[in-house]
Amino acid sequence: MRIHRICVLAGIVLGAPGFASAQAGALNLPASVRAGAAFTIPTSGSGKATLYIVGPGQVLRRDVDLGTPLEFAAGDLYNAGRYVVVLTGGASDVGQLEVTPVPKPSNIAFLAKPSRLPVGLRGGISGTAYVFDAYHNLILNPIPVSFDLTNQSSPEQKTTADSHNGVAWTEMNSAERQGKAKFIARAEGVEVTRIIQEVPGDPCSLTMTAKPSGKEVELQTQPIRDCSGNPVPDGTIVTFTATYNGTQTTADVPIKQDTARVEMPVHPGAVISVASGVVAGNEIRWEGRP
Amino acid sequence: MIGRLAAIAGTLTLCLACCAQEASVREEPPNLHGSHQLDPEGVTEKSVIRDYLESWKSMRQALDSNQASQLSPYFAGTAKDRLADVITQQAKMGIHTQYVDRSHDLQIIFYSPEGLSIEMTDDVVYDEQVMQGGNTLGTQTIHARYLAVLTPGDVRWMVRIFQPEAGSANAGDETSIKGPGGRTAR
Repeated sequence: MRIHRICVLAGIVLGAPGFASAQAGALNLPASVRAGAAFTIPTSGSGKATLYIVGPGQVLRRDVDLGTPLEFAAGDLYNAGRYVVVLTGGASDVGQLEVTPVPKPSNIAFLAKPSRLPVGLRGGISGTAYVFDAYHNLILNPIPVSFDLTNQSSPEQKTTADSHNGVAWTEMNSAERQGKAKFIARAEGVEVTRIIQEVPGDPCSLTMTAKPSGKEVELQTQPIRDCSGNPVPDGTIVTFTATYNGTQTTADVPIKQDTARVEMPVHPGAVISVASGVVAGNEIRWEGRP
Repeated sequence: MIGRLAAIAGTLTLCLACCAQEASVREEPPNLHGSHQLDPEGVTEKSVIRDYLESWKSMRQALDSNQASQLSPYFAGTAKDRLADVITQQAKMGIHTQYVDRSHDLQIIFYSPEGLSIEMTDDVVYDEQVMQGGNTLGTQTIHARYLAVLTPGDVRWMVRIFQPEAGSANAGDETSIKGPGGRTAR
């Protein structure tokens, strides 16, 4: 209650015409200026004063000869935002000034994800583009942004979206063929590229053969491919398992040059199986000969 | 007389400061234009709004005290750089700024598909008071629709872009100025 009274009192005092400066209204501010553009603030009266332009984006101070227009050079005020303009000293005035982004894109902040993914994933790649002017102000009016995803061995994917509140986005499929894909966002001649590594997916099927090799058995898979025909990368683990009388013998083998190969002891009558990840291959009952 | 006027100016400052404690906050339901939906429990939405409002507190304190370190937990990237530059310039000029947010009307409008950014609008009313020492140089009440982009940090969402929409200020803004000889006018 007491605070409320103080506020009311302050309001009455501030509203009293007797406190108005004789030289208030010395500024004639433009409603808005373009970021980075030169502009002029006409002033009236005579004598010296100081002008402040203050906002969360930037602060400027200028000495003013009242009655002389105050010139701001290109590049002086470049951060978009709302500014309070205060004239103090030989005259007093206060007002607001709006600085708006340059409507021409100069920078794009492009978020692309993921950087690596399996081939053939629908909607697996996403891109978000924030569009900025030369002063890194977000351009809020709609700007057409094109997104291109190109992989040398697959057809190009292309889409265009208008930015909305400074941002445009898309989702795309990973290609059928492995390789490095270029993911490009473009807006009015400005482009940013991200590289997406499209790698083979899981093996589509596994087939192995077995043959004697001395006292052991040589197990070898057929060339291992994903369901799009891409060779599964070297280093992917294939597991061979021999089961006999409830006892299991396993060997984890990395793929090398499209196939996995191992020699392991196998008891006649054992059942041999092969798997990689969630994919299971054929089974062989080993009778001591192929 | 001058002493009395100084006391009145001080009272105005106190009044603005006390009013600052109770900014009203309204949360509009999200209106997303991206493909990524917020979690139905509203956990992300609550976190984003909480962290954004905290960023205002941090900004208020930083710009009033000219201490850029107060920005660190809540701002990142361009927003942080700009505010830090403002603080450096204010300190050089011997001024500081009191921001008193009166009301926020918040709405999340975009959640990027990869989950790395959220964009929200804030239809905000605040007083901006330019101070030199204990003297008020000028005050404006600003009504603007701010756009904020937040990105996830280690423990909170951080404001990376903070910018008003062009032409979003209302025409009926209040003005008060400090006239020559320490007088305050409105």
